[in-house]
Amino acid sequence: MSDATASPTAPGELEAEALRQDHRTRWLMSLPAIAIILCAAAGPLMVMVVYSFLAPGDYGNVKWEFSTEGWVSVLLQRDIFDGTLAWADAHLSIFWRSLSLSLITTVVTLLIGVPTAWFIATRPDGKREFWLFLITVPFWTNLLVRTIAIQELIRAEGVINLILLKIGLIQEPIQMMFTNFAIGFGMSYVYLPLMVLPVYAAVEKLDFRLVEAAHDLYASRWKAFRLIILPLIKPGVIAGSILVFIPSLGAYVTPRVLGGGKNLMFGNLIELQFGQGRNWPLGAALSLTLMVAVMIALIFYVRATSRETHNG
Amino acid sequence: MIPFQPGTETGGATKFNKETKMKTILAATSALALVAGGAVAEELNIYNWGNYTNPKLIEKFEAETGIDVTITDYDSNDTALAKVKAGGHGFDIVVPSNSYVPIWISEGLLLESRPDQMENFENVDPQWVDVEWDPGRHYTVPWQWGSTGVVVNTKYYDGDIDTSAIFMDPPDELVGKINVVPEMGDVMGLAIMYYGGERCTDDMELLKKVRDGLVEAKKKWLGMDYGNIEKFAKEDLWAGVNWNGSTFRMRLANEDIAYGYPKEGYPLWMDSVAVLKDAQNPEAAKAFQNFIMEPENAALISEFARYANGIKGSEEFMPEDMMSAREIVIPEDLKAAGKFMKTCSPETQQIYTRIWTDLQK
Amino acid sequence: MAETSLPATPESAAAAAPRGRAYNARTLPGFATVAICAFVIIYAPIIILVVFSFNAGTTLAIWEGFSLRWYAQAAANEQVQGAAIRSLYLAGSAATIATVAATMAALATTRTRRFPGRTMIYALINQPLMVPEIVTAVALLIVFAWVKVATGHNSMIYLIAAHTAFCIPFAYLPIRARLETMDMTLEVAASDLYASKKQVFTKITLPLLMPGIIAGYMLAFVISLDDVVITEFVKSAGQDTLPTYMLGQLRRVVTPEVNAISTVILLAGAILVSLFFWFSRGRE
Repeated sequence: MSDATASPTAPGELEAEALRQDHRTRWLMSLPAIAIILCAAAGPLMVMVVYSFLAPGDYGNVKWEFSTEGWVSVLLQRDIFDGTLAWADAHLSIFWRSLSLSLITTVVTLLIGVPTAWFIATRPDGKREFWLFLITVPFWTNLLVRTIAIQELIRAEGVINLILLKIGLIQEPIQMMFTNFAIGFGMSYVYLPLMVLPVYAAVEKLDFRLVEAAHDLYASRWKAFRLIILPLIKPGVIAGSILVFIPSLGAYVTPRVLGGGKNLMFGNLIELQFGQGRNWPLGAALSLTLMVAVMIALIFYVRATSRETHNG
Repeated sequence: MIPFQPGTETGGATKFNKETKMKTILAATSALALVAGGAVAEELNIYNWGNYTNPKLIEKFEAETGIDVTITDYDSNDTALAKVKAGGHGFDIVVPSNSYVPIWISEGLLLESRPDQMENFENVDPQWVDVEWDPGRHYTVPWQWGSTGVVVNTKYYDGDIDTSAIFMDPPDELVGKINVVPEMGDVMGLAIMYYGGERCTDDMELLKKVRDGLVEAKKKWLGMDYGNIEKFAKEDLWAGVNWNGSTFRMRLANEDIAYGYPKEGYPLWMDSVAVLKDAQNPEAAKAFQNFIMEPENAALISEFARYANGIKGSEEFMPEDMMSAREIVIPEDLKAAGKFMKTCSPETQQIYTRIWTDLQK
Repeated sequence: MAETSLPATPESAAAAAPRGRAYNARTLPGFATVAICAFVIIYAPIIILVVFSFNAGTTLAIWEGFSLRWYAQAAANEQVQGAAIRSLYLAGSAATIATVAATMAALATTRTRRFPGRTMIYALINQPLMVPEIVTAVALLIVFAWVKVATGHNSMIYLIAAHTAFCIPFAYLPIRARLETMDMTLEVAASDLYASKKQVFTKITLPLLMPGIIAGYMLAFVISLDDVVITEFVKSAGQDTLPTYMLGQLRRVVTPEVNAISTVILLAGAILVSLFFWFSRGRE
C-alpha cells in the first residue's frame, strides 16, 4: 500500500520514492478530467448544497434565510388539510416507481445488450467498427423524434398491432400506448447503446482460446459462459449496468412521452420543484438525497468488484 | 409550419392594398428613426416560446429595419424567468404569460419601455390596454392570447361540451380516452372553478374537494401529455383539456373534433412582449414592440400559431378560417366565464404544488 | 441510408468469422438471433422517422402523401439549421475533449494497487452520472451566470464545458472496462525489450485500448447530441441546439421538419460509416 512512512533504509526509500512518483503521475493524468468536472459539474453543485438549507423564494429561487424545511420535507410532510406530520408517501412512491423502472431497464438491456455486444465483438477484424457504428447511428437522431417514432410503432393502429393482427395472433389491437410496457420498451431502446458499447469493449479483448478450453472443460455452453466468460467480461457488464441504471433513475423525457405523463418519475418531481412548484430548497434536497444514495451504492459496488491488479 | 389554408396567402396578397403599403413604409421609417436615434443597433435577440414566432414576421422586420434578429426558444415561463434572473443571458426581448408579468416587473427584470407612448399603440384593442397584469401597458405589448378549455371528439360523445365535467366527471363514453395537458396552473384553475372557487383561492375546504375530485377523475384518464394533435386526429384520444389554438389545428385534421368553453369557468392567458432591463439592444427591442402593434404584422403572428392577437384591424389580414372559428371567437354567452389567471401568493402556490404532486404520485 | 445496409443473417455472419475451426467458440447459441432482433428493433422506429420526413402533411403520424416540403422548409429555416450544426459541433468538441481526458484518467486509475485518493477520483469522475440533469442544470445556470456577468463573455465555451463534464463518465467507463480486461504481459514484454515508455504506449497500449476509446467516444458523442435540460439552462442568446429547439416545439406541435434534419444527419452518419468501412478494408 501507499507507505509514505517507509523505513529509511536505502532500498525501501527508493521504492517508496518510486511509489510516490507513480501516485503523482497518476494524479496528474487524472487532473484534466477532474478539473473539468469540478468546474462544470461537481463544483457548481455546491450551490445546491447551500440552497438546500435556505428558504424558498417567493417566485422561484431562494431567500437567504437558513431553513431545514427542504430536507425535512424530503421524508416528512405536513398534511395540507389536517396538518398532521406524516411520511411523504408521494415522494416515496414516486422514488419507488423510478427505482423499479431503472431495474427493469437494466435487466432488459443486459439481456439484449450482452448478446448484441458479443455478436459485434466476434465480427472479423475491421468489420467490428462498422457494426458499432450501425448500432450508434440511430442515436444520432433526436431523442424526441425517436420517442415519437416508437410511439408510432405501438399505437392501436401501429405497425406492431398490424403485424400481429395480420398473422392472426390477436383479434383486437392491444392497447400499448401510454402503458408501463411502452415505458419499459422505450427506456430499453434509449439506453441500449449504453450497455452494448462497454460490454463490447470488454468482449472484444476476450481470449477465445480460454473459451475453447472452457468448452472442453464443461459440457454445456451455458455453463462455460457462466463460469468462464461472464467473469472475464464482468468489468464491461458492470460499466454498462452503471451507465444504464443511474441515468434512468433520473430520466423523464421518455417515461413522460411514452407513459402519457400520468405519473411522475423522480426526475419530474425534482423538475417540478425547480419549475412550477417554486420550491428550490426541496428540489435541491431531493436531488442531493438521490446523489448520496447512488454514490454510496456505487463506491461500495466498486470496492467489492474492482480487481486489484498490479503489474499483471 | 402550420397548415395554411389554400386561399390564405393569395388572399393576404390581394388585401395588400395601397393604404397598407403606405403604412408599412411609415412603420419602416419610424423604426429606422428609432434605430438611428439610439446606439448602433443592428442586432436583436428574442427569447420566445418554441415554434411561436412566424419566420415571415422576422423576415419582414429584418427587411424593414436592417436589424439582424436571432431567436432562441424556451419551453416554460419558469425556465425563462430563472434564466433571465440569473443574468448573463444576452437576450433583449422576452414573451412571458400574463400571470408571470407581475413577477417579472416586481423582480425588476423589465425595462419600462412605454409601449403606450409608441406610434402604433393606437392599434391595440382598448380591452387589452388596462389589463390587470400591466395597467396602461407601460411594459408589455400583446402577442397572442387564448384559453384553456376542453376538447371532445363529437363522434364519440354528442352531449354538452361546454363544461369541465368532460374531464372532472367524464361521461362513460369517454372514460379511458381522456388526455389532460400537464399544466399545473391551467388544470388547477379549471378544477377550482368547476367546484365554484375563485382563482388563487386558499379556501382549504374547497381545495380538498378539488384534490379529491382530481384524484378520482384521474382514474378515468389515459394520459397527461402535451403535443397530442396526432393522437386526437387519429382518434387514439377522444377528449381532454387543451388550448384553443392547438384544438383548432386538431379540427383542421379531423372535423369531428370540437372545442368547449367550460361554463363553470375557464382560464384565459395572454403572452406579452417585453423588453429586458439588461437588454443589449433596447432600441431595436422597442422598435420590435412597435412593429408588432401594426395590424398586418400582428396578423402574421396569429396566422402562424393560430391564436388571436390583441390588435384592432388585424382580422382583415388573417386567414379566412380563423375569423369564424369557434376556437378563436368565444361565443357571447360563454365570454363571462373566461378568467385571466393571476399570480398566486407563494403560500397558495405551495399548496397547489402539493395537490399536483398528490395527483401524479 | 443506414437501414438498407443491414445485411448479415446469423448464418452468413458465422460463416464470415475468422480463424474458422471445427468448433467455434465465438458463437453462442441464440446470441446472433438476439443481436439481429436488436438491430431490427433499433431500426424500426428510425425507418418510421425517415418515412415521415417525406410526409406531405404537417404531423409526425398522419401520412398524407410524399413530399419534400419539410426538406425545403428546413433548408429555408436558418434557426433549425443553425441548431443542427451547433449540435454536431458541440457533440464533436465535447466528445473529443471528454475522451482524451477520460482516457488519461482511465490509464491512471486502473491496473494499479489502490492508491490514496483513487476511490475519490473514481467517485468524482462518475459524479455527473449521479444527479438528475435538472439539478446540474440549475447549478450551472447560477454559477455560469456569475461568470458570464463578470466577464461579459458568453460564447459556446460554457456549453462545451458543461457537455464535456457530463460526457466524461460515459467515455471513461467503457475505456476503463477495456483496460481492466487487458493484462500487462505485452507491455511488460516490450519494456523488457528496451522499448521506451512512449513506444510502449503508442505501439502497444494505445492500439490495444482503441476499441474501448472508440466505444467511449461514440457514447459521449451520442449523449451530448441528445442532451436537453443542461443545454436549455446553460445556453445564451442564439445558442439553441436541435434538442432544445425540439423541446420548444413539444408544447405546440412537432412538425416533420426535425425528421428531415434528423434524416440528413443519419445520412451523414451512414456516409461516414461507409467511408470508414471502405478505408479500413483498403488498409487490410
